[in-house]
Amino acid sequence: MARRSVLAILVCMTGLVMGTGSAAALQPDQQVIEKTLDNGLKVLVKPDHRAPVVVSQVWYKVGSSDEPAGLTGLSHVLEHMMFKGTQELGPNEFSRIIAANGGRENAFTGRDYTAYFQRIASGRLEICFRLEADRMQNLKIEEEEFRKEVEVVKEERRLRTDDRPESLTYEKFMATAYREHKYRNPIIGWPQDLESMTVKDLRDWYEKWYAPNNATLVVVGDVEPEVVFELAQKHFGPIERRKVAPRANEAEPEHGGPRRVSVEAPAQVPYLLMGYRVPVIENADSDDWEPYALEILAYILDGGKSARLSTELVRNQQIVSSVGAGYDPTARAATQFLFDANPNPGKNIANVERAIRAEIKRVQTDLVSDQELARVKAQIVANKIYERDSVFYQAMKLGGLETVGLDWRLEQKMTERLRAVTAEQVKKVASKYLVDQNLTVAVLVPGAKSPAKES
Amino acid sequence: MKYLIGLTLFAVSFGAAAVPEIQHWRTENGARVYFVEAHEIPILQLSIAFDAGSARDPASRSGLAHLTSLMLDEGAGKLSSDAIANRLDSVGAEFGSNNGRDMSVVDLRSLSDPKILDVAVGVFAEIVANPKFPEDALGREKDRALVRLAQKKQSPQEVVQTEFYASLFSTHPYANPAEGDEAGVKALTRADLVAFHKRYFTGGNAVVAIVGDLTRRDAERIAATVVGGLPAGSAPPPLASVKALEKAKEKSIEFPSSQSHVLLGQTGITRGDPDYFPLYIGNYVLGGSGLVSRLSVEIREKRGLAYSVYSYFLPMRELGPYLIGLQTRNDQVSLAVAVVQDTVERFVAEGPTEAELEAAKKNLTGGFPLKLDSTKKIAANILNIAFYGLPLDYLNTYTENIERVTRDQVRDAFKRRVDPKRLVRVIVGDQNA
Repeated sequence: MARRSVLAILVCMTGLVMGTGSAAALQPDQQVIEKTLDNGLKVLVKPDHRAPVVVSQVWYKVGSSDEPAGLTGLSHVLEHMMFKGTQELGPNEFSRIIAANGGRENAFTGRDYTAYFQRIASGRLEICFRLEADRMQNLKIEEEEFRKEVEVVKEERRLRTDDRPESLTYEKFMATAYREHKYRNPIIGWPQDLESMTVKDLRDWYEKWYAPNNATLVVVGDVEPEVVFELAQKHFGPIERRKVAPRANEAEPEHGGPRRVSVEAPAQVPYLLMGYRVPVIENADSDDWEPYALEILAYILDGGKSARLSTELVRNQQIVSSVGAGYDPTARAATQFLFDANPNPGKNIANVERAIRAEIKRVQTDLVSDQELARVKAQIVANKIYERDSVFYQAMKLGGLETVGLDWRLEQKMTERLRAVTAEQVKKVASKYLVDQNLTVAVLVPGAKSPAKES
Repeated sequence: MKYLIGLTLFAVSFGAAAVPEIQHWRTENGARVYFVEAHEIPILQLSIAFDAGSARDPASRSGLAHLTSLMLDEGAGKLSSDAIANRLDSVGAEFGSNNGRDMSVVDLRSLSDPKILDVAVGVFAEIVANPKFPEDALGREKDRALVRLAQKKQSPQEVVQTEFYASLFSTHPYANPAEGDEAGVKALTRADLVAFHKRYFTGGNAVVAIVGDLTRRDAERIAATVVGGLPAGSAPPPLASVKALEKAKEKSIEFPSSQSHVLLGQTGITRGDPDYFPLYIGNYVLGGSGLVSRLSVEIREKRGLAYSVYSYFLPMRELGPYLIGLQTRNDQVSLAVAVVQDTVERFVAEGPTEAELEAAKKNLTGGFPLKLDSTKKIAANILNIAFYGLPLDYLNTYTENIERVTRDQVRDAFKRRVDPKRLVRVIVGDQNA
């Protein structure tokens, strides 16, 4: 499914584990309590007393889309360096302390954010705060550690992108879809930038962005907000507010018609990636319905096995072996409404593109049926309830919204706004945005060098 | 953001002990049911495991378990494939089916609202008991399976896994991929699927795990419904046992990638193996603890040779594999393999230090609640416990079993079970780089 596969690429993870009784609920579950410390650190707490665990996340408002030309990959390398020691701690000691407390930790960098998290028994939350507050202000970036770690990141790039033909296609797609905006650059960075990056670049980047007033602390789990605020004040409170420059958000010129790129790589199966430039939610309070209508459209096309792409392209026409559509309405700049697919044997990319375009034409011409709309809305209501089952996911949503500049309260309004979307609105956004003027197409062409020979 | 389902974790309360209370009974047709009541969220997670993994594939039909699993919802009872999809989606329910080497699993996730649940459970019961395996859908799903097999060939990670299992298990059915191979998939007929389903999808061969917002009475009714259409049948005879590896084996596969993928290993342990806890703790120290493991420190921290290096035991019905893996730039592969070999040899000879053992125990016991923080994980845990016949108090005694392991036990277990001089070693990459 495109939603999953494409979004999985958008997020770079470091760290590699690819591998008591609840306190009485003073604060009702599912309610978010917000407090901003004097130094500008915003703290969001959502109590959830079902299990004696907690997730703690620190989100910084910096990601690959903030990086200047020639320094791509900086945010992600810095994310790796955040595990390499402070004035107090040696390299890897952060991870040792969390592990010895039964915690799980990781971090991820996206186009719009860099975030760090721990999952741990709720009684041990303070350990996370102490360590995160330390590396927010006292990070030590040493030449020798950097030299080794940037090699680790290069290996990560080879693993996730260079040796994965479909990831490589996505990277070329983004570089083609955007001319000016930094969404064109891969989160992990271009290889030549990883080669030329210096320890000074990293120190400057850390100085520039890692300030309490540029961060959001999100805590979800078996905790009481007042206790969390006290601990946050104790550990993060003493960190000084610093001046942080406003984030760059380059204007992207008119798209001006379809752009095409093909990628030749040692692959076995062709792959098609099509994206239309579409708007995102600009403001949590805005009554702009378009992003919500686009999201409903994504469900109509790819919300389950009964959705149109699977029904038509996989089962009826049998043109594709897999197909997906996806749209994320929360980002700092115009994003992409994506389609992706692998053709079935005997079918080619042109067949697939034609079939996808026919489905687009259909949503532009005819209203989606009441039954389809009812199905989508039932799924949205159900998903909303399934989400409550995950403390981590709830924290992700709050931190993600806040970090792209949308009020976290949008999270609670989202379902209602999605449910208000009409069939006419779905048709309107499809007609307005899914047009050649906004289109970029990337195609993976299996190359001559084909795998794999035994020796 | 909202689709980052891979990162999703779940939490369910089970009172002060933080261990779910498992209720157990049998249905009339012999299915064993394991139920955990959790009312905080109005949802239900239901999984059924059958001893019908790819290890049950006949020799010339590698992929039969996989295609059977994929075809379950392609028409069942009076419902067409489209009708099944429509009914489940229209109530926001999620159906899934998959198979490994030991088992085939069908899953249902639904809201617990009775009006919704009745629809979801009704469709699910038909899928489990009365799949039609229509010819046209089978042709299509075989094609799709073949495309996925082709895609696996473009991934050095997949190629090294496939080759590792083939080398390690040689003539045992575990040697074959859970998704089958090209020849096997191509040869499959509708009659194969019908016979496989008839033989293995029976009450006597089923384990049902239910977690969620239900009373015991409702859970009994639902369990009876979802397996009610199955004949009583019986469990199949045991699989052949896995032979221990006699000598070291090396294999290199040329692949046009920038990294070489390496897997080292040998036969490991069964579920319920008496050495399970010492080996599990020992492996945590050696390669099972992410950034802080010995392998990660040697390969990644000290030398920057790989992004990911790990090791794990995969306990199975018969001896599963012990795997050590990494991937590194082609020209560094000899160095990386030498460092791994040295690290493993040293660990097997010396065992963990007292400090390492303590750190491992603290992580595994302190992190115990995190192992059970999702309805899906709870269901998966109880399904494993039941399927492999582990004691029902496995979770209750887990912490204690970790605590009592000694350094000597770890060292002794590793010495007996892991021989660093007798490993399967598969390398996939560009050897001319």
